[in-house]
Amino acid sequence: MESLEEIKARAEAAVPGAKIDIVPNPGPANQPSLLIDNGHAAAIARFLRDDPALRLDFCSNATGVDWLERTAKKTVKVKKMIDGVEKDVDEATEEKIPGYLEAVYHLYSIALKHGPVIIRMRTADRAEGTRLPSLTLVYRSAEFQEREIFDLYGIRFDGHPDLRRILMWDEFTDYPMRKDYREPDDYEFEPTPHDEVLEKARKHYAARPQLDGAENITPRNEAETLKG
Amino acid sequence: MSEQILETVERPPTTMTSRLDGELMEVSMGPQHPSTHGVFRMNVALEGEIVRKLKPVFGYLHRNHEKIGENTSYLGSMPYTDRLDYFCSMTNNWAYALSVEKLAGIEVPERAEYLRVILAELTRLQNHASLLGFLLSDMGAWGTPLMYAFREREKILDLFESLSGSRMMCDYMRFGGCRVDADPNWLERAKKIVDVFPRFLDEFEKLIVENEILIARTQEVGKLSAELAINAGITGPMLRACGVNYDIRKVDGYGFYPRLKFRVPLGEHGDTYDRLMMRALEMRESVGILKQAFDQMPAGPVMNPKVKIRAFRPPTGEAYGRIEGPKGELGFYLISDGGPNPYRYRVRPPSFINLTILEDLCLGHTVADVMVILGSVDIVMGEVDR
Repeated sequence: MESLEEIKARAEAAVPGAKIDIVPNPGPANQPSLLIDNGHAAAIARFLRDDPALRLDFCSNATGVDWLERTAKKTVKVKKMIDGVEKDVDEATEEKIPGYLEAVYHLYSIALKHGPVIIRMRTADRAEGTRLPSLTLVYRSAEFQEREIFDLYGIRFDGHPDLRRILMWDEFTDYPMRKDYREPDDYEFEPTPHDEVLEKARKHYAARPQLDGAENITPRNEAETLKG
Repeated sequence: MSEQILETVERPPTTMTSRLDGELMEVSMGPQHPSTHGVFRMNVALEGEIVRKLKPVFGYLHRNHEKIGENTSYLGSMPYTDRLDYFCSMTNNWAYALSVEKLAGIEVPERAEYLRVILAELTRLQNHASLLGFLLSDMGAWGTPLMYAFREREKILDLFESLSGSRMMCDYMRFGGCRVDADPNWLERAKKIVDVFPRFLDEFEKLIVENEILIARTQEVGKLSAELAINAGITGPMLRACGVNYDIRKVDGYGFYPRLKFRVPLGEHGDTYDRLMMRALEMRESVGILKQAFDQMPAGPVMNPKVKIRAFRPPTGEAYGRIEGPKGELGFYLISDGGPNPYRYRVRPPSFINLTILEDLCLGHTVADVMVILGSVDIVMGEVDR
């Protein structure tokens, strides 16, 4: 199979206006990926599927990744005048990378038996702009997997024929696979909670004092120490 | 007296039972039904007895496996992968170990690779055998075929138990090898079981291959075209039943499969009968692979001594590793940020993705066929819902 640079060049030539970046993968697995722009995603995917030299007809895996806002620390050499002499000084700079959600697709070719070519798309942010174009019409195998990404990460796929929650129930409101997900405080605790569960149970019953059993929550250990 | 009462009672109009007006009737099949292989529901719209629409409903067994995987160490997820497809814990272990080995660049000793091949093929034998049993049970051949299949499965589960300590939740493989070595005694027992396995296959195939009822129920039922199968990401025996030659053991050549000679059985029509026969033929190939692996297996360590078990931190990066599981392509996609826990831990479940085309397969068939088609897809809900 040709290299990612060649694929990138040919895809950009075949789809006018498309912008593709190569995302390096520093690990030993050596699986770098193509970051494709959202506006031309379906056209690029169609090119990858139908191009006679690639024929990536099989979308094996589609999944989401949540990247929180993070700061990348860099040391940059800066020329500074110190005591009248120009010197190279290391200066630590912090670059803020805003958070985004990502959809990753692993493409293989059944016809030519090569792969994977990994493509990824990124949303504008993690709050309002979590929309991406759907690739279900190009790869049917993305149908349930995109529904799962929508369900667990909250990426809305434009053009998906049937975008509903798939694993969680329809009335559920949050997206559990996001990194900043907090589980709702709606448990029924067991009668003898312990350790961190006990901490949670205390907070839970303190917030709702009218509930039965609120006064009965005492840690086993404390009760035993009181007895002597 | 009672007859009089019956006549005087006003009955509601019987619109729910007689549907001769051409309207559709909605039926919820499952989630609690033996033929749904777990808790799985299908909302079916019926015209008479013919399926006109079918929407699968998932999530009854959902516990967010992937989130739990992100909150625990790499090794901590290993026993939990057993619970994905609880029929094939050995292949689940292998797929996960393979992905982590790709992520961290770990070598596996030769003996461990052979052991993995042996255990994966034994898993394939017992998975396919029990699938055939279940499928015939769904079709109304109550009891007998399932008992025959489970008799064979039991022998293989006993092997797993004496090797790993557990029959189904084996937790046997580790990054860079296997947990314990197989002693010569175990290998002898395994060889004996593999040697007599074809006898069971002969017997079983005699029961099913030319059975008139089975042929009537399965041929031309749930046909799948090769184009749709490829586009919908169908993998495993289901894909090969459509005549597509794609076996990851051959394509990726992971483990020591390139050193072993075996053929890839292919179907022609892509119907339920082909899917069923695919399993029977694959079992014969697995027996061949096992015999070669027993002969070729060298002595040596089963664990790479360089791998750190405690405080295991793979370098930053990502990896997607996949194997040919008994149900299809089982893959793990891992992203490491250099920490002790994976940043992203994704399971590519074959039976979940194979269900994508369930509606296409069932349209135009009767309700009774839905059960047979679902059975031939071979799902385990622990993996579908994760």
